[in-house]
Amino acid sequence: MAYKTIIGLEIHVELLTKTKIFCGCLAEFGREANTNCCPVCLGLPGALPVLNKKVVEYCIRAGLALNCKISNRSRMDRKNYFYPDLVKGYQITQYSNPLCKDGYIKINTKHGEKKIRIKRIHIEEDTGKSIYDGNGNVLLDYNRSGVPLIEIVTYPDMNSPEEARMFLEKLKVILKYIEISDCKMEEGSLRCDININVIDEKTKLKSTITEIKNLNSFKAAVKAMEFEEKRHIELLKHRENTLKETRKWDENKNETVVMRGKETVEDYRYFPEPDLVEIEVDENWIRDIKENLPELPDNRKERFMREYNLPEYDAAVLTSSKELANFFEKTVKINKNPKQVSNWIMGNILRWINASDMDINEMKFTHKDFANLLELINNGKISNNIGKKVLKIMFEEGKNPEAIIEERGLLQISDVSELECIIDRIIEENKQSVEEYKNGKEKVLGFLIGQVMKITKGKANPQLVNRIILEKLKQ
Amino acid sequence: MDLINLTIHELRDLIRNREVSSEEIVRSFLSRIEKLEDKVGSFITLTKEKAIEDARKIDKKIKEDISNLSDLAGIPVGIKDNIVTEGIKTTCGSRILKNFIPPYDATVVKRLKLSDAIIIGKTNMDEFAMGSSTENSAFKITKNPWDLNKVPGGSSGGSAAAVSASLVPYALGSSTGGSIRQPAAFCGIVGLKPTYGLVSRYGLVAFASSFDQIGPLTKDVEDCAIVLNSIIGFDKKDSTSVDNGNIDYTKALMKDIRGIKVALPKEYFDDKVDNRIKEKVLDAVKVLEKLGAKIDYVSLPFSEYALATYYILAPSEASSNLARFDGVRYGERVENYNSVEELIVKTRTKMFGDEVKRRIMIGTYFLSSSHYSKYYKKAQQMRTLIIRDFERVFRDFDIIISPTTPTLPYEIGEKKLVSMYFSDVLTVSANIVGIPAITLPCGYIDGLPVGMQILGKIFGEIDILSVAYAYEKNSDFQKRIPEIKEGIKSGV
Repeated sequence: MAYKTIIGLEIHVELLTKTKIFCGCLAEFGREANTNCCPVCLGLPGALPVLNKKVVEYCIRAGLALNCKISNRSRMDRKNYFYPDLVKGYQITQYSNPLCKDGYIKINTKHGEKKIRIKRIHIEEDTGKSIYDGNGNVLLDYNRSGVPLIEIVTYPDMNSPEEARMFLEKLKVILKYIEISDCKMEEGSLRCDININVIDEKTKLKSTITEIKNLNSFKAAVKAMEFEEKRHIELLKHRENTLKETRKWDENKNETVVMRGKETVEDYRYFPEPDLVEIEVDENWIRDIKENLPELPDNRKERFMREYNLPEYDAAVLTSSKELANFFEKTVKINKNPKQVSNWIMGNILRWINASDMDINEMKFTHKDFANLLELINNGKISNNIGKKVLKIMFEEGKNPEAIIEERGLLQISDVSELECIIDRIIEENKQSVEEYKNGKEKVLGFLIGQVMKITKGKANPQLVNRIILEKLKQ
Repeated sequence: MDLINLTIHELRDLIRNREVSSEEIVRSFLSRIEKLEDKVGSFITLTKEKAIEDARKIDKKIKEDISNLSDLAGIPVGIKDNIVTEGIKTTCGSRILKNFIPPYDATVVKRLKLSDAIIIGKTNMDEFAMGSSTENSAFKITKNPWDLNKVPGGSSGGSAAAVSASLVPYALGSSTGGSIRQPAAFCGIVGLKPTYGLVSRYGLVAFASSFDQIGPLTKDVEDCAIVLNSIIGFDKKDSTSVDNGNIDYTKALMKDIRGIKVALPKEYFDDKVDNRIKEKVLDAVKVLEKLGAKIDYVSLPFSEYALATYYILAPSEASSNLARFDGVRYGERVENYNSVEELIVKTRTKMFGDEVKRRIMIGTYFLSSSHYSKYYKKAQQMRTLIIRDFERVFRDFDIIISPTTPTLPYEIGEKKLVSMYFSDVLTVSANIVGIPAITLPCGYIDGLPVGMQILGKIFGEIDILSVAYAYEKNSDFQKRIPEIKEGIKSGV
């Protein structure tokens, strides 16, 4: 029996504006609890909101980058519900008239390119934070209250956890490219709610949509979706169905657990926010924002393929983060050998970065040091292998390549007489092997070269060693 | 000299001529309050010591230089208790804010302080401004100084009674559907609801945001213009605030009213209004006619829906505006609860009064998804039609005149619910449309004051103030002073 999975996402992204959405408090984190608040973001009696224009701009930026239509007229609405971290008893959000509508993101699935449609993007305020102290107390920190968010809602266009992961990765890259959010899921600056169900393709029977919340990494999101997918299919197989409920991912149990039922639909009593006027966005402003939009990942990838003659795979990897792509381009400006730069980045630097879970801009060396190292290799000053060692030291200790080579005496030995001297010694010490070679066992050549490298600690110029040994063996 | 019966402009002149100090003025009013507050019940909070201290500071300033003195300098004011005052309790007449001390000043309070006004206390009101008699206050019932058995009107009843009884020379009130004009009319004083957006709402505890507006309650029209001058102006903290330039409304008073076109809407003179009140207002209109005004009857056909529109939209907004009072962050909280939900439910159940709960419930009902289009949306559409009604009349006329209230002040305890809501029938439209409206005394019936309402175009404050001023100069009702005693019981 075949089942089709249907996944839709709702993503909340915290914006990197300097101040909050409706007041002048800083939209930053890490302050002592309840010290970054004012009457407005605390919802004190009498306080009124004033919309931060930057928030509108950032949302339009996101809308343009995600191929949305931008509404010329839009407004804020109130979403009414009681919760201790919600200071006014309502959240100011957008309901019937969001700023951005009808966009999409393209992902590359194994079946080819696929468009995931975006239903809407709207702006809203974040709530405060409830902190459970473990003794049954709920502590409230309102520093986050009023931090600007955009909510991105997709259509249910993803048909596997893998597609959802690809969508999220792509979305994150784009939002980081346009510099509106740092998109750190672990820190909550990107939050993702998943709506998932499955459909039995033969009987057309559908499971009831469940919502998954509380996901703090893409990995957790994928695991949760995989778990739910199986659970839904299993239930359908047994002629049962899922319940309309919200579940959360339990990291320890490695499964989703019920958070709350949804039998009664909450009525948020949306209505237009009377404390704010309509938002008018004129075409000139949209054009300005569009013109100042940085090059987006897809365009940059195509340009990398065109301009640097890179294979699609290389271009995709290198443009998967703005900083990485910048690092590559700055290096190539000096080095002029794009494929070599790409190979070294993908083969070494990226592996180390991923292994140590850091960002490219947190590296201890600059693109100049890196270009310099490649030049040293290309000029025969050091070998490829030594180059790798030097790069690793640069990565770990952050010194420039010349200093490392100097300090550790790693300069390549290209002096023919010095090499002849060493090779004579090796031939002398390995007479039996030389004999074997002469009897046609050509493999021995590699062994002899290895011995030279061992003695020179890898510094001998490999091409020269090869040539001299062959000459000597012919004698 | 009896300072307490003087107007702002009279007190101002005495101060400027250095005939009297601010401290003397403040002390006069404080002793008047001492004597009468128990009878009238105008104040929730008095700030005696601070007022005297402030008066001394201003006296020092006056001694040095009077050239930059504002008209309000050194003169006491009462502030309705839903306008937040830094460091001074602001209760909104509710148990839930019984001990709430705001950490900031409303923009109007900041502006009054900049004018060196002296806050003498916070005035009583219907809880969260919901009511038309000030009987819904959680703390006390304010009495009408013309007859202590009667209500002063509401919700700014404390402010109106205080000015009428000369406990303060002027006060600030707020109007959502008539809460300045109706009590001003009941208490025989002048009350103005400005154009929506002319006065900042920042710091006014919201009842219905799209209707609320702060305005002055004064002894005469000139005072009204003086107070308006100091509280208007664009405020970047209020998105609905409008920059209408810097108009000196005291100069506007002198505007010639000859040829001004006055509309009398027949719906405002029909049988829902006490005939004796109609007569008094029509007498006043005759005075204006003599002064050169052109009078004509008009129709505002959608008027009959105004009250219903108001009583759908205002509670809807209120149900949301009052959600923040949950006992979690500030205000009163019940002691025993087992969960956050229970804390919120029990607190709101215990701390809100009946009228507030009633309006929260009906507002919640109107906004719920299954009733939204039938009520909230319909009422919004009706609001648009009512606005068009007025726009049409204002194409041909400069101002509209009507009675302010359909009845005379009623007995305390006499009216409940819908019969009380009916008090607003002639005043709500100005709030629905957002236009300015003023009331001033135009006669007395059985010793009780009658108010005439003058409505103007958006930002037409100059028109209504100049007509009111011209009428006041040609009548003497403003000069009457209540005896502050109980009247003859009319038998309830």
